[in-house]
Amino acid sequence: MKDGRIFLGLALLAAFALNALGSSFNAYYYDVCVSIGINIILAVGLNLLIGHTGQFSLGHAGFMAVGAYTSAMLTNHFLPSFLRLTGSTDSTFFSHCFFFAVLMIGGLGAGLIGLLVGIPSLRLRGDYLAIVTLGFGEIIRVLILNTDALGASRGLSVKVSSTDLFWSFGLAAVTVYVVASLVNSTYGRGFLAVRDNEIAAEAMGINSTKYKVIAFVVASFFAGIAGGLYAHHKQFLTPEGFNFFKSIDVVVMVILGGMGSTAGVILAAIILTLLPEFLRYLSHLNGLPHWAQPLLENRLILYSLILIVIMLVRPQGLFGELRWFSKLGRRKTQ
Amino acid sequence: MDLTLFLQQLINGISLGSIYALIALGYTMVYGVLRFINFAHGDIYMLGAFFGFALAPLLAQLFPAGAGIYGAVAILLTAMALCAGMGIIIEKLAYRPLRDRPRLTVLITAIGVSLFIQNMTQYFVGAEPKGFPELIPIQAIDGLGKLTVLTSQATIIGVTLILLFLLRFIVMKTKLGMAMRALSLNPTACSLMGVNNGRVISFTFALGSALAAAAGILVAFDSPSIDPMMGNTPGIKAFVAAVLGGIGNIPGAALGGLILGITETMVVGYINPNLRDAIAFAILIVILLCRPSGLLGKVEREKV
Amino acid sequence: MNVLLKLENCTIRFGGLTAVSGLDFDIREGELAGLIGPNGAGKTTVFNLITGVYPPTEGSIFFDGKKLNGLKPSKITQRGIARTFQNIRLYDSLCVFDNVRAAFNLRLRHGLIHSLTRGPKFRKEEEEVADQVMDLLKLFNLDHAHDKICKSLSYGDQRRLEIVRALATQPKLLLLDEPAAGMSPNEKEELMRLIHFVQKEFKLAVLLVEHDMKVVMGICQHICVIDYGVKIAEGSPEEIKAHPKVIEAYLGVAPPQPEESSRA
Repeated sequence: MKDGRIFLGLALLAAFALNALGSSFNAYYYDVCVSIGINIILAVGLNLLIGHTGQFSLGHAGFMAVGAYTSAMLTNHFLPSFLRLTGSTDSTFFSHCFFFAVLMIGGLGAGLIGLLVGIPSLRLRGDYLAIVTLGFGEIIRVLILNTDALGASRGLSVKVSSTDLFWSFGLAAVTVYVVASLVNSTYGRGFLAVRDNEIAAEAMGINSTKYKVIAFVVASFFAGIAGGLYAHHKQFLTPEGFNFFKSIDVVVMVILGGMGSTAGVILAAIILTLLPEFLRYLSHLNGLPHWAQPLLENRLILYSLILIVIMLVRPQGLFGELRWFSKLGRRKTQ
Repeated sequence: MDLTLFLQQLINGISLGSIYALIALGYTMVYGVLRFINFAHGDIYMLGAFFGFALAPLLAQLFPAGAGIYGAVAILLTAMALCAGMGIIIEKLAYRPLRDRPRLTVLITAIGVSLFIQNMTQYFVGAEPKGFPELIPIQAIDGLGKLTVLTSQATIIGVTLILLFLLRFIVMKTKLGMAMRALSLNPTACSLMGVNNGRVISFTFALGSALAAAAGILVAFDSPSIDPMMGNTPGIKAFVAAVLGGIGNIPGAALGGLILGITETMVVGYINPNLRDAIAFAILIVILLCRPSGLLGKVEREKV
Repeated sequence: MNVLLKLENCTIRFGGLTAVSGLDFDIREGELAGLIGPNGAGKTTVFNLITGVYPPTEGSIFFDGKKLNGLKPSKITQRGIARTFQNIRLYDSLCVFDNVRAAFNLRLRHGLIHSLTRGPKFRKEEEEVADQVMDLLKLFNLDHAHDKICKSLSYGDQRRLEIVRALATQPKLLLLDEPAAGMSPNEKEELMRLIHFVQKEFKLAVLLVEHDMKVVMGICQHICVIDYGVKIAEGSPEEIKAHPKVIEAYLGVAPPQPEESSRA
């Protein structure tokens, strides 16, 4: 698929160009655009695990937290000395190199935690896997909450805001390339085989545990990258920002987009980044009945309704395939 | 080791464990008949407390001189009935239409229902904690020497025991209870034997929700601050308790609740209070990795 | 012919239930063997033992001289044993082409990194795999359906696809679990020809679990009969047909003594 690599190159160029324009954006729109990129990374990464490999994980925010805090600590402690060593000032080549390195380390750290969590957990099926990943996500959060060096409940400030549109959209493009290329190869059909019929896949020589762990680690890696981007954008981290609800945010994107459809998930990530902003805008309109404002401001009310309605009406999401989804653990009831 | 302190912690643990047990029973019964984790169950517990909160002023109006223990019991029973109704409605609206769909779909729907209930409650009553009126005066019981056992704790433990007895009676001695047990073993055979599966499932939800509501009211008697998100942490902990005991196994849920409550209290008391919430997750992970069928559950094999 | 698969005193117990007990059974290279027995005799369990779904409680299984005990199913397939299933287990969301393509995974020379870098070696191998998949599909008359979803194929075609998929793993021994189930007499004739063809074309040994006696007697060279997890007879089709224990297991009565039946 030569097209894939060309696409990636073009996307990176576009991200670069967009970034150059970005300085003229209103700060609010800039913020939303960066968030879109971050959410795409989170959602596409999680889609590899949930959508393509069929492993339902509810702890994604935990890996994002690992990446966020790791990169934040590295920047806070080592950036000044690094800059002094190379004798450069803020917005130059060197600080970008450092940022890239810090993001990668954050991602690798998250991937490593993903490996540690994944190997024991992926023996479990369906509901149990969901609960155990939720548990691990919460444990990560509680550990951070109880670690003074990480700011505990007071939070952690990040010294520089290195994230810009180039990084956000550029890395989003990389994520999409990696996941799409991975899945659209003979090797990658293994993920789908594990999802569709694990027993048959094993019988055809596919080591299902290996594939599940790989999907888990890759998803965690990208969650870590997203975390690093987030940390250097908002410049302030608290454990509460990486709780179960954050994991649900990403899960809703994957479900809305259609599990297993990369394009759908990208679209869903964009929609669900813009939606809360749109709701917030609506909630501040004049002439709004007073009962409507809190309804619009609490995005979880709408999110939960979206979840319920999608599941009742169109469980395959926007672009997903109903076929595999309908085979997953059919309930034998009355 | 200070014996009095230990006994004190034990009582605290049993009291806490009773709450977990009551909520865990709902999870386990629903899982038993439907093989489905009702994520929204913890929020029924919260609704129980809030129904009581809403009813208390009504009670105060009807009995200005105070209704004492009869009032408390009336609120308990009413909240249980209201939540039983809620459970039936939720099942009919959100879960029953998905009867033939994959488990993942219903799991996600349950998450949606849970978030919806919490946030709609928050919309109506506000996010700040509310004070639940003290319907049973909270004081230490005399005559126990250096041990401090509060009336509220004694109430929790006492009411839990009564409810557990009643539950055992219903499950073992009534036709509906037998139908529940049969349904958890083989739904197809059940409907072929003339059991109205839908009715039994509704009944299961009603029973579980009533117990969760009781837990909510009992907790409100004990520590009067309630808020719309209060179902989250106890909900997940009670689920861990159900898994610990063996999900689908009714005595297991009670046992799991008790063990979790005592363990949590002991760890907080003797080791580190910060670990309170982490204990449940640590237990969950250990159980799922070592013995997923739980203490009293049986192993289910997949047919190849 | 060399012995390819050897089961030595295999026993498997599930809690209190002994599903298979003390089974000794050999299959030679290129042989077409059958495993028959009444319902619940343990035939699929034997398959599951061979393919590593369960490890034997006692006894050993040797393939090509090497022990298989305790290996994961995917490892055993890599060693050269492939199977089909009693209930069709195709990859439902994948098209016919991809179902077979996924089975080439275990022989791939490229891995995860190459899927990302997509260098010339990767592309060459992908082309080779695509060619091999189409060749296989053509051989079994499924190439016209290569981009269809498996569910849309007829039942017989789906069963054929499962066999094609198993063959894509380049096995030395092919296990077929009740391949004739649900087939019409015509389809069964087709199947028998297919199995013969597969055996000759791919130089395989085949082990067949089947209820339809016509199919079994028609193509198997060597038959093993089990009942309640124990081997009760083994031999050629003629030997098995006349074997008293086999008749008893299936019909439940001992055959009448010759003197009585001559009184007409």
